[in-house]
Amino acid sequence: MTSPSQAAIAGAETPGPDGAGLNSEPVDGDKAATDQLGRSPGQLMWMRFKRDRTGVISAFVVLIMFAIAALAPVISWLYGKDPWTRYGQIRPGLLNDNAYPVKPNGGMDSEFWFGLEPGLGRDVLTQLVYGMRTSLSLAVVITILSVVLAIVIGVAGGYLGGKPDYFLGRLTDLMMSFPNQLFFVAFTPVIGALLVSPQDEMPTWLRACVLIFVMWLLGWMTLARLLRGQVLTLREREFIEAAKVAGTPPWRIIRKELLPNLVTPILVQSTYMLPNFVTGVAGLSFLGVGMQGSTPDWGRMFATGAEVYQSDITYMIFPGVAMVIFIVAFNLLGDSVRDAFDPKSGR
Amino acid sequence: MLRFLVRRSLGAMVILLIISAVTFFLFYAVPRDPAMLACGKNCTPDALEVIRKNMGIDEPIPMQYWHFMIGIFAGRTFAQGACPAPCFGYSFANSDPVWDTILDRFPTTVSLTVGGAIVFLVIGLGAGMIAAWKRGTFADKLFSTGSLVLSSMQIYFVGPLVMALLVFNLGLLDQPSYVPLSEDPAGWFMGLLIPWMVIQIIFTANYTRLSRSSMIEQLAEDHVRTARAKGMSGKFVFFRYAWRGSLIPIVTIFGVDLGSLLGGAMITEWTFSLPGLGKLAVDSVANTDLPMVMGVMLFSATFIILFNVIVDAAYAFIDPRVRLA
Repeated sequence: MTSPSQAAIAGAETPGPDGAGLNSEPVDGDKAATDQLGRSPGQLMWMRFKRDRTGVISAFVVLIMFAIAALAPVISWLYGKDPWTRYGQIRPGLLNDNAYPVKPNGGMDSEFWFGLEPGLGRDVLTQLVYGMRTSLSLAVVITILSVVLAIVIGVAGGYLGGKPDYFLGRLTDLMMSFPNQLFFVAFTPVIGALLVSPQDEMPTWLRACVLIFVMWLLGWMTLARLLRGQVLTLREREFIEAAKVAGTPPWRIIRKELLPNLVTPILVQSTYMLPNFVTGVAGLSFLGVGMQGSTPDWGRMFATGAEVYQSDITYMIFPGVAMVIFIVAFNLLGDSVRDAFDPKSGR
Repeated sequence: MLRFLVRRSLGAMVILLIISAVTFFLFYAVPRDPAMLACGKNCTPDALEVIRKNMGIDEPIPMQYWHFMIGIFAGRTFAQGACPAPCFGYSFANSDPVWDTILDRFPTTVSLTVGGAIVFLVIGLGAGMIAAWKRGTFADKLFSTGSLVLSSMQIYFVGPLVMALLVFNLGLLDQPSYVPLSEDPAGWFMGLLIPWMVIQIIFTANYTRLSRSSMIEQLAEDHVRTARAKGMSGKFVFFRYAWRGSLIPIVTIFGVDLGSLLGGAMITEWTFSLPGLGKLAVDSVANTDLPMVMGVMLFSATFIILFNVIVDAAYAFIDPRVRLA
């Protein structure tokens, strides 16, 4: 929120969505003005972000989580276990007759740091890092695809206006009316069955593609709506008019004039989208329509955990706590990114 | 107002029609023969043909869709017997009428939704208001941080944790279950207590954040400041002036949440094995029970769309400045 006095100092001429954008940077007084002279909007954003301690810490946490996921094979190699070997079944003395770990706390010891999976007796630590790798890469791909589609549909609708805008708007409405969880659960097996006959085992990469496709279909609408609104107001601004009068082709206007002004909402919104996709993919696995078979998966650890929690709650704690840390850090990071881009919006 | 409602209802019909068509055609594109599954091991081609006819899947797919849609409005006759007006056919898995099954499961979902909504509205709005009232203090920070951490918890993680603690370790409550309210109000309440406490975690944080920010916005409004300047008490202004104004954005979100919850809270129902619409949907998907999936899908979508219309109409009542066009 901007207090009237702040707005006066900043001299923000046009209140509008782009008041928050990049080309009308607020200046908090004379000292800051000289300080910020000759810096690009990106540098300004970076300067503000660095000052935000919560943001920097959460960025570190998020980076570490991504690094852990990306380095899963390295971690597994250093640690000397892999997520597929059924240690509890090959080695006697690790699991008891009911296939639960013999040692307390889910079989945690100096060898199996996070314990063993009840039943199959696989190592929990490597399962978790490999599972994070699966879930995070799925979520990243879904986010990128959704953002791209949202940009295409939002910018096309907002910039073209008229009939295309009307139809794209109705399409967005339609997609928003789908009960999305139900849609995911119902269509993931259907699309899978279309591609592979039910007798055959579905290859892992294909299953991942199906998941990505289904989540992508219903993932772009919020951002598309937001961008359409932004483009509608930007379209009337003087610099776009000027570009039009100067005879700039539409494609160039969109690329050079519109898109740079949409970076803020896109970045902010995608930091909110990604954790949602992580939990969404995990939810699907929990309901039994996500990744299958021997592919380690973050969400399926919860499904296993829900089966065994009465006897062995420890198994669920590690994936659960890891997910809470990831989501909290990512949400805080999202808030900080928003504040850094858009210092006028108070929390 | 009437014009608005008529127009929106027509739009809703079109959307439902498209959703039903998409669901129907996608499902029939699957190269899995439900008749084959129902027929079992010792299946003869003749028996298969009879089963196909009984299921109503011996016709071309567009005709099947046509009969299906007619059945919803006018009823139709199956081999099992006549199926009265809102006819969604019979389950492929157990031959129960789809509509009766949905009606049978719906009370569970409604109980879960209504109880959960009361919990998250009370906690969420309450915490948000206190945070706005005591802005910048310790209480504000506590509620804001708390809601952030809570919203990052997932039902499939917290559910088993709460169950392990309250049911299996401390033995304070029984395993969640659904008993109809009319039969045993106390059992209904105790059986759903844990699901209510758990389902609210994903919603409460949203409401805390939203009610806090919209309350702060309202408190800075001119009419609120004027009321305060006239000498009205802080509490009176807070509740009668600012609170009413702050409800507008909350009503929108609440309508959307309620609509989607009534269509079945899948993960919650699955976690606690509550026989609601969400669990019905997951089970029918696992059984390739097309009529059941269609029924639940349309039922859920209807609620989502219905509540969108209600929210838009409710705007005009809460905020007289809004004109319905």
